[in-house]
Amino acid sequence: MIRPASRIASAAAAPALVVVLLATLPVWLGHHPYYVNIASQILLWAVAALALNVLVGYAGLVSLGHAALLAMAGYTVGLLLQAGYGHLAADLGAIAVTLAASAVFAVLALRSTGVGFLMITLALGQIVWGIAYRWAGLTNGDNGISLAARPAPFGLSLAGAEAFYYTALLIFLMALVSMRILVRSPFGASLAGTRDQPRRMTALGFNVWLIRFLAFLASGFWSGVAGLLYVYYHQFIAPPAAALTASAEILLMVISGGAATLLGPIAGAAIVVIMKNVASAYIERWNLVLGVIFILIISFMPEGLVPGSVRLARAAWVWLRARLPGREGRYTQERIS
Amino acid sequence: MARKLNRRTFLAGTAAGTAATALRFPAPAVAQAASFKIGLLTVKTGPLAQGGIQMEQGILTFLKEKANTLAGRKVELLIADTGGNPAGARTKAQEVIERDKVNVILGPLAAFELLAITDYVRDNATPLISLAAAEDVTQRRANPFIIRPSATSAQCCHVMGEYATKELKHRRAATISEDFAFGYEQMAGFQRVFEDSGGKVVKKLWPPLVTPDYTPFIAQIGNVDCVFNGFAGSNPVKFMRSYADLGLKAKTPLLAGWTAMDDALLRSLGDEAVGVVSAAFYSADFGSDSNKRFVAAMQKDYNVLPGGYSAGMYVAGQCVEAAIQALGAQADDRKALAEALHKVSLADTPRGAVKFDAYGNVVGDVFIRRCEKKGSALVNTVIKTYPNVSQFWTYNEKEFLANPVYTRDYPPARNLEN
Repeated sequence: MIRPASRIASAAAAPALVVVLLATLPVWLGHHPYYVNIASQILLWAVAALALNVLVGYAGLVSLGHAALLAMAGYTVGLLLQAGYGHLAADLGAIAVTLAASAVFAVLALRSTGVGFLMITLALGQIVWGIAYRWAGLTNGDNGISLAARPAPFGLSLAGAEAFYYTALLIFLMALVSMRILVRSPFGASLAGTRDQPRRMTALGFNVWLIRFLAFLASGFWSGVAGLLYVYYHQFIAPPAAALTASAEILLMVISGGAATLLGPIAGAAIVVIMKNVASAYIERWNLVLGVIFILIISFMPEGLVPGSVRLARAAWVWLRARLPGREGRYTQERIS
Repeated sequence: MARKLNRRTFLAGTAAGTAATALRFPAPAVAQAASFKIGLLTVKTGPLAQGGIQMEQGILTFLKEKANTLAGRKVELLIADTGGNPAGARTKAQEVIERDKVNVILGPLAAFELLAITDYVRDNATPLISLAAAEDVTQRRANPFIIRPSATSAQCCHVMGEYATKELKHRRAATISEDFAFGYEQMAGFQRVFEDSGGKVVKKLWPPLVTPDYTPFIAQIGNVDCVFNGFAGSNPVKFMRSYADLGLKAKTPLLAGWTAMDDALLRSLGDEAVGVVSAAFYSADFGSDSNKRFVAAMQKDYNVLPGGYSAGMYVAGQCVEAAIQALGAQADDRKALAEALHKVSLADTPRGAVKFDAYGNVVGDVFIRRCEKKGSALVNTVIKTYPNVSQFWTYNEKEFLANPVYTRDYPPARNLEN
């Protein structure tokens, strides 16, 4: 009687609570710029992981070249700013370049699925990395490109840690909401259809290739946005941003957190960023610990941290309820009265 | 934006504020009473870790010798592992500056790490004493907060260029180095001086950073008087072994930059290294008092012969000490500290006398060494010392800076043969 109502309330309250927590996070962190910066990094990688999740989770296409798209946006911003363009023009240019590159990536990679798709995206990513590394006349090689300053949209400077955090939070929430809309839309359903039953989808008259292509563009768009956040956060971009290890790291975030869920990639991004940046200050062999965490996740929660925790929590609840002695009795009493 | 959200969530905010006060880090009560904090940005994981660990040993040896007290000031060392990549260097720089509030940063190791944080340390007004060699940080993009007591990439290679023509009478040279900025800058410096003093660089080879087998590259070397190599990390060990195995060692003498024949590498090398002539800003063989103490302490504590990575950090420590001494109670003023660091002039360091030019780069000795076998151990014996070598070598500073920074294609190699 009360339960359905409370469930609705909790369904609305949970996201609101999370937003409130995130919005007040700098306060919780004592306005400490270092920890606020770590939070910004988690948000920016979460956007990148959400972007990749469109392909890996909902389209069933595992890409190992997404860091290249992110880096391409970063490099375009750096180069356009160097050429004397303003921030807005540079940002729009970067998104346009990333979308164009995503289209090229998609046309080439979508000739195949599965391992073939993975290998083609890997090769394309390596080409971008190679250009960043070797075409020193354009990209300044492994010395990278520096940005003089962060932008100041509407006169609000993003130079400070908290100003940047709130910008990253706003963009992150936009990414999250757009992902939810995408996943719940008819397009999202058809995308999941192309993942699970591509031949049936074709038989039903869906253009499987086009659906995947559009998903790739959506993924590329948000990767580009993550790239903007990346380059403005670091004010520097160099070839390692486009490297295979960076692509693999984003993929690890998606898989460890839980592909095809909205919250999984965010949890994955948080784990990787925290291990890399915070735990490494205390544990010298931090990548060993990160490896052990991934092995534990894969062993006990092969579906990922978020869905795995939900499953384990449910199982624990069922187990507990079956063994709570008073519980059954109270229910019967309530019913009698 | 932030205010609006806070007002709307007033209750949560108040609760959070209370919790945050409890969590917040205690501010240092009186600056003078607090210890002087040194942040070391080094690499302890990944392929660059070997050099990074030597850096850490170098500064630990210095601080141990001084009983963690520099010019009467208690010193605290905070060590951060960048992982050897630019984003990691940036995050760790934030960690030591924003969280730990260090007075000065030592490191980082790699050029691209330094380039990723140079603007950041200036914006946050934190002095940095670099080991990374990126030329432009003390040239066209000189930074008032950065000094470099080790060397630019080309500083020792300029010297080798002259030594090869004037003393060794080589006329035709091939260069070989990893395909990255440190390699380009080293080879460009060698080529420029070598050709300006009468030689010709007829071949430039660039194996990738990770090359399992150097044979195909060595096979291309051809008819030259000498080969100059600028490898770094563990690559010189692999390269020199192949070079000797293929029989070139007997025919064509091998010359080396400082990383390629670093003293710390000697115990990984064998007969293939005997006779290699190298130019370095530091030599374990050098006879200054501080160097004797340093080498003895490194051998006692870590059982290693120190090389440029450790010595660079030891000298960096000496620079910090001299700057604190000069400033006294003012040493907590980071801007004053940066200025004092630029003015440091030391007579006795493990690498000899050290002072800095207007761009913050060291002017100091460069040693020409020949690798010899003494008993069962290899030693880099100093055969010539070039005193007071500047990053601009003998070139006019203004003209030097008017040219582009050294790259793979600059200065252009006009004498290449196929």
